[in-house]
Amino acid sequence: MTWLSITIAGILTYFTRMTMIALVRRDLLGEKIKAVLAYVPSAVFPAIIFPAIFINDYGAYIEMNDPKIFGALVAIIVGYFSKNVIATIFSGLLSYWIIIFVFLS
Amino acid sequence: MLSKKQLFMRGMIDVAPHMLSVIPFGIICGAIGVELGFNPYLVYAMSIIIFGGASQIVFLQLLSGGASSIVAVTSVGVINSRHLLYGAVISEYLEKLSFIKKLLISYFVVDQGFAESNKFFKKNKTEEYLHYHLIGTGGTLWICWQIATLAGIILGSFVPEELGLKFAIPLTFIAIVVQDLKKLDHVIVMLVCGISSLLFFEAPFKSYILISPVIALFVAALLLRLKK
Repeated sequence: MTWLSITIAGILTYFTRMTMIALVRRDLLGEKIKAVLAYVPSAVFPAIIFPAIFINDYGAYIEMNDPKIFGALVAIIVGYFSKNVIATIFSGLLSYWIIIFVFLS
Repeated sequence: MLSKKQLFMRGMIDVAPHMLSVIPFGIICGAIGVELGFNPYLVYAMSIIIFGGASQIVFLQLLSGGASSIVAVTSVGVINSRHLLYGAVISEYLEKLSFIKKLLISYFVVDQGFAESNKFFKKNKTEEYLHYHLIGTGGTLWICWQIATLAGIILGSFVPEELGLKFAIPLTFIAIVVQDLKKLDHVIVMLVCGISSLLFFEAPFKSYILISPVIALFVAALLLRLKK
């Protein structure tokens, strides 16, 4: 079942890549739709980010002093100024680990 | 006039700096897949079949969280719909290619490759074999992505669960959107999406992953209107 889903997801993804290049005239997408598509990352990824931070494994909201909030804030600040993907991810993980292994253990 | 080989090499060189982010991202993608409890072959096969980092992580995360396959597949489609935009932008430079070549080259259209090749295309419109630059960027990214996810799958089986590597998922996506925090309209769209995802988190089949982008894109369309 999972294999089938992956295959369908793969075909779907391939179509998003191929449609505008090989199938349809490129001016089919109006300027308005193109402008909205430019917002796709901002409109999609917070739906992964927010629940992964604010909701725990049991589906409940976390406390305001949860180490994940601190880790995410560090990652945002580091990412904003460094523009570096690795620095963003590792600063967040590191600050999260420091809190759970040094302060909470 | 540059030769095919020169254009291909140029593409490889242009995309090289992106390896600093693509390789760790691939490692995380592979490691998380194993961490979430999926069959390593399945995690790796996604890198060939889907070949889209963010969507691969989302797909696995949703399925492991109990989402229905339809929701997981649809969310891959939504996340990857941005390729439509890339295709629309670069199709102008690929018009002369045969249909088959267009079908083949489409597989290599990914974020970083698109960004670099599009920059190159704009400056070198008259080159005859422009598409070799895209094969250079896309091919390089493909090979590195394969190696990185494989490395991640191997590493992931050693990482202890106490480390909470799952937390790398939101951090990875923060790294993707963080530069857009400079633009107020994007910040509004992000907040609308994020807050909706919390409000609709209990919706059946994990459909919050589709509901919130729809609301956020609607707000984006409204903002575009206001801007004019």
